[in-house]
Amino acid sequence: MAPILDIKGLSKNYGSTEILKDINVSIEPGDFLVLVGPSGCGKSTLLNCIAGLEPISGGTLAIGGQDMTHVSPKDRDIAMVFQSYALYPTMTVAKNITFGMKVRGVDKAEQAEKLQKVAAQLQIEQLLNRKPSQLSGGQRQRVAMGRALVRDPKLFLFDEPLSNLDAKLRVEMRTEIKSLHQNLGASMIYVTHDQIEAMTLATKIVVMKGGVIQQVGTPAEIYSTPANMFVADFMGSPAMNLIPARTRANGSGTIVEIAQAGADPIVLTEKRSIALPEDVVLGVRPEDIVETGLHNGGSNALQKADCMIDIVEPAGADTFVVTQLGGKQVTARLSAETKARAGERSNLAFDLSRVSYFSPENGLRLNES
Amino acid sequence: MTDASLTNTTALYQASPQRQLVKTVLRVLLYILLIAFALFYLAPLFVMVTTSLKSLEEIRTGDLISLPREVTFDAWATAWSSACTGIQCDGVKPYFWNSVLIAVPAVLLSTLIGAVNGYVVAQWRFPGANIFFALMLFGCFIPFQVVLLPMARMLGLMGIAGSIPGLIFVHVIYGLGFTTLFFRNYYVTIPSELTKAAKVDGAGFFRIFFSIFLPLSLPIIVVTVIWQFTQIWNDFLFGVSFSQAGTQPITVALNNIVNSTTGVKEYNVDMAAAIIAGLPTLLVYVVAGKYFIRGLTAGSVKG
Ligand SMILES: Nc1ncnc2c1ncn2[C@@H]1O[C@H](COP(=O)(O)OP(=O)(O)O)[C@@H](O)[C@H]1O
Ligand SMILES: [Mg+2]
Repeated sequence: MAPILDIKGLSKNYGSTEILKDINVSIEPGDFLVLVGPSGCGKSTLLNCIAGLEPISGGTLAIGGQDMTHVSPKDRDIAMVFQSYALYPTMTVAKNITFGMKVRGVDKAEQAEKLQKVAAQLQIEQLLNRKPSQLSGGQRQRVAMGRALVRDPKLFLFDEPLSNLDAKLRVEMRTEIKSLHQNLGASMIYVTHDQIEAMTLATKIVVMKGGVIQQVGTPAEIYSTPANMFVADFMGSPAMNLIPARTRANGSGTIVEIAQAGADPIVLTEKRSIALPEDVVLGVRPEDIVETGLHNGGSNALQKADCMIDIVEPAGADTFVVTQLGGKQVTARLSAETKARAGERSNLAFDLSRVSYFSPENGLRLNES
Repeated sequence: MTDASLTNTTALYQASPQRQLVKTVLRVLLYILLIAFALFYLAPLFVMVTTSLKSLEEIRTGDLISLPREVTFDAWATAWSSACTGIQCDGVKPYFWNSVLIAVPAVLLSTLIGAVNGYVVAQWRFPGANIFFALMLFGCFIPFQVVLLPMARMLGLMGIAGSIPGLIFVHVIYGLGFTTLFFRNYYVTIPSELTKAAKVDGAGFFRIFFSIFLPLSLPIIVVTVIWQFTQIWNDFLFGVSFSQAGTQPITVALNNIVNSTTGVKEYNVDMAAAIIAGLPTLLVYVVAGKYFIRGLTAGSVKG
């Protein structure tokens, strides 16, 4: 089966400014693709290009196997939910939802039937006669979703649909969108700057920065094998620790040395055979630093490191402790019953089997070299 | 702590009867000033209305600001249907209808075209849109005297010189700068995502305009209509330059009535004619003034 969306070599300029560079993305039917990146990296622009709302400057774009590069938005078989919801202010909720069908000349009975179905699905039946100005933020969001759902398109496009909601509602709607995706089996592209939203919703993530795709992969791939230091830092909360270190060869493995202020350097042994340059940046997720002596399953990849604890931050289920390694603040996610105290040294251990190495020059991941 | 601050505030209130007094005095002064200004501005209207209701005899013998001893509408009747505007003596009636025939279509057309222009400039950013808009704006500031001769030539070439359609054309053209500006400034406050959503929904250029933008536009339509109506109804220069006998607007007729009387000046008729000429704009303000203020201040769309 042809991919639902296939973008090849897409570029987009505004005048002489290059906004998107050589974008290649394809998604399969049923995929939930999340475009994630910091504000201003070109996510909305890419989504608008996919929708046909912005002409593209180079490359091709196919939807459902058909070339759509120069096709107008109404003929692309897509539906879009906008960040500001973009509800038609003078129309009632019902009219907002049926406007597209009215424009397309769908007959009245069918319009009414589809409206009822979508209204029931989103539990907005009692709002149908209200104007958008009489709705709360969450209700507007639902109506905007309804307007998209009623189209039953090949591809749904969402541009930061939850970013205007308060934190609690955002989590609720996130779950709802996820179950909607599972129930409909529809293909969706979802733009967000929130990496947690990306991790929780996506079947496939595209990380962007400055108009360039940094990495494409499943949430697990993006999380455990980030392609470069930007992705490592951007995805995950707290962020992956990026610690400058020096290496030297030692038999079959490699010795990794991390400088520590006022104490001997930490010496670790990388047993995987990875060709590493002398200077590297060690990428360690906070949960891959543990406290020795507290249920760490006796993993033989764990290597001890004696560290000075600067800050202890209890956060309910976990406790975050911050130490200083290689001139950088390093955060470890420890269990709540940790014995670490601020201002005291503590026995931490690194899970070396899950560590990433990056080149300090170009930021790229070195593990596969 | 709370108690202390509470007593403090009470003390403050009690300790300042002088301050209270100063405040009252200032307020009274303010009202006196406002009333004085209002009287100053209303005085001419008062004189016009009272004079128009007096007989010529009373005007000659009486006081300018006294109320009429005997109210008579004779001057109004004369002004409306038998005052002389040169050799003709039909009053302002035919000219009043000329003005209506010019102003109503010109206002409607310039408002509608201005709305479409503003919609295009604000929401359909075509290449060169900024230059187009800058040129339209420039059109607002061209002194009318500059365009009189070229316009006369133009109307001649189009074969509508001296006709009512000719005057409508002139007023529409010269109103477009302002009407476009009004609508453009109103429509730029509407998020472009609204247009995008409608495009995805399958709506085209005019569908989006008529279904989404026009229904949002009542406040700015009112502003534009008031502005355009006042401009066109009160216009004298174009009216006197591009009309001929039979198509002159009321402003030209008023001038002729006032200037062409021989012998005794009929002030009461002049005043009545002037009030008749001014009534429609007054009416428009009274009916739509509330929206005028609202339209000038409101703009953004919530929702
Ligand atoms: N119409 C436009 N003209 C010029 N530059 C634009 C235009 N729209 C967006 N940009 C620029 O493109 C970049 C990407 O914008 P956008 O796609 O909205 O980012 P994101 O959605 O990722 O926050 C930004 O730097 C923005 O300034
Ligand atoms: Mg955006």
